Amino acid sequence: MKLADIEIPWMEAVVDKLRQRFDTAILSVEQAYDFPNIVIAKQSLMDVLDFLKNDPDMGFTFLTTLCGMHMPEQKGQEFGMVYQLHNLPKNRRLRLKIFMPEGDLNVPTATTLWPTANWMERQEYDFFGFNFVGHPDLRRILNMDEMNYHPMRKQYPLEDLGKHDKDDAKFGR
Amino acid sequence: MTENQTILTPEKEYVTLNLGPTHPATHGIFQNILKMDGEIIVSTEPTIGYIHRAFEKLAEHRPYNQIAPITDRMNYCSAPINNMGWHMTVEKLIGCEVPKRAQYMRVIIMELARIADHIICDSVIGVDTGALSGFLYIFQEREHIYEIFEEVCGARLTTNTGRIGGMERDFSPKAWEKLEYFVKHFPEKLHEFESLLLRNRIFMDRTINVGPISAERALAYGFTGPNLRAAGVDYDVRVMNPYSGYEDFQFDIPVGTNGDTYDRFMVRLEEMKQSLSIIKQAMKNMPDGPIHADVPAFYLPPKEEVYSKMEALIYQFKIVMGEMDVPKGEVYHAVEGGNGELGFYLVSDGGRTPFRLHLRRPCFIYYQAYPEMIQGAMLSDAILTMSSMNVIAGELDA
Repeated sequence: MKLADIEIPWMEAVVDKLRQRFDTAILSVEQAYDFPNIVIAKQSLMDVLDFLKNDPDMGFTFLTTLCGMHMPEQKGQEFGMVYQLHNLPKNRRLRLKIFMPEGDLNVPTATTLWPTANWMERQEYDFFGFNFVGHPDLRRILNMDEMNYHPMRKQYPLEDLGKHDKDDAKFGR
Repeated sequence: MTENQTILTPEKEYVTLNLGPTHPATHGIFQNILKMDGEIIVSTEPTIGYIHRAFEKLAEHRPYNQIAPITDRMNYCSAPINNMGWHMTVEKLIGCEVPKRAQYMRVIIMELARIADHIICDSVIGVDTGALSGFLYIFQEREHIYEIFEEVCGARLTTNTGRIGGMERDFSPKAWEKLEYFVKHFPEKLHEFESLLLRNRIFMDRTINVGPISAERALAYGFTGPNLRAAGVDYDVRVMNPYSGYEDFQFDIPVGTNGDTYDRFMVRLEEMKQSLSIIKQAMKNMPDGPIHADVPAFYLPPKEEVYSKMEALIYQFKIVMGEMDVPKGEVYHAVEGGNGELGFYLVSDGGRTPFRLHLRRPCFIYYQAYPEMIQGAMLSDAILTMSSMNVIAGELDA
């Protein structure tokens, strides 16, 4: 069985309900392997998260993880945030995505809904530079406080620029 | 007569205590700046990141098969679970079905790792209450597990075992022998260990109602694994989203009620027994057949074929140089690690390295509840709470 052919029986109902409620804020829906991927407009992020968490029919009460993305080629939508929610009793998982341009990295904080978002958001601030509006303690977490850039952005190389021994050209790539 | 009023200490009389970064009682490099009123903890300010090694960034610059050794270094007490989690993530992405024999071998290795992980945590809880002897007895069993790992893959701690598509080699007769010896003798040794602590008055007084967390708070803080189960929520990835053939095995999920240190200890103790039962079932029902899927583009060909067959040589070269054709896509795969749901969120753009790899590290997520759990507790209880949460610095900092 190819995992890509997996059917998610509840996906349609949940997406329908989201569309009814938020209409144009739901930008696109697709299935990536065993997860529904729902792209939403940034300004309705909190409403959607709140609805998914607190609506009794939805019940996505568990925030599995959240992470940032940097896609420099995607002009106007260089940065993205990914939220993974889990409905534990029914074992449903879904993924929410928002995209934003490089100039506007303000994202409303999810700490109001889940205290666990605190360190997760600090991590994404540390590595990508998202500004989580309303976060109680937005400081770097894994890197040192003196660092003046956000190292997971694609423009920063892994090693220092003086090294050329691993250049792709040397391997015929 | 008026009731005794609690006398509040003025804030300027609080003592600031640096617990860490390198403190022998914390079993790892964490700093906690405690504000103390006498021996009572008023507030805690954890600082982490002392062994941050940028795994997520490293992964963006490494071919898929070279990321497995990175995962070893996360929860190094149960490295094989991390390895297998990564292999399964890539297998999910490339749509590869692993043969049953390899799945069962993985299950054996993962459950052994879980036992080793829980041995460390449980015996260290004992050590932190002052009971050193249990630790000394049970660590012999951990040594036996590491000897099995050594026989299976050549390494003990950072195993890098398994490959994308299956296992790198079959268990040797010696490995089976050691496994059988372990399965036969472990219950007796575990009983010896638990009888030292289980109903020990001092141990119970030190652990019951120490560092408790309710199920609601635990879920809000994103707890998973034994710590969540100790609070009474029966969430186990092995049961909810079975992987690697876990649906074939019969086992129970132990749950606690109070979410305190004693419950965490007990849940881990019971999980060791369940893991042992899974290992026995896997050994008994071990199917015959290949130990890896037919994915020549990902799985290294045998050396003798590399020297004699053109095709094998090409594949060997491509894999070693990290030129694997990985489809575009994004997958999330979670395994039940020693500490909870260990998730890999992998985004591939079809290139030779992942476009983005996000690691959901259970330790990192639940350690943020630590200040709340030890607020108002004594310093010695704070140490105990930390060891019972099994905070592993490698996983915390990635």
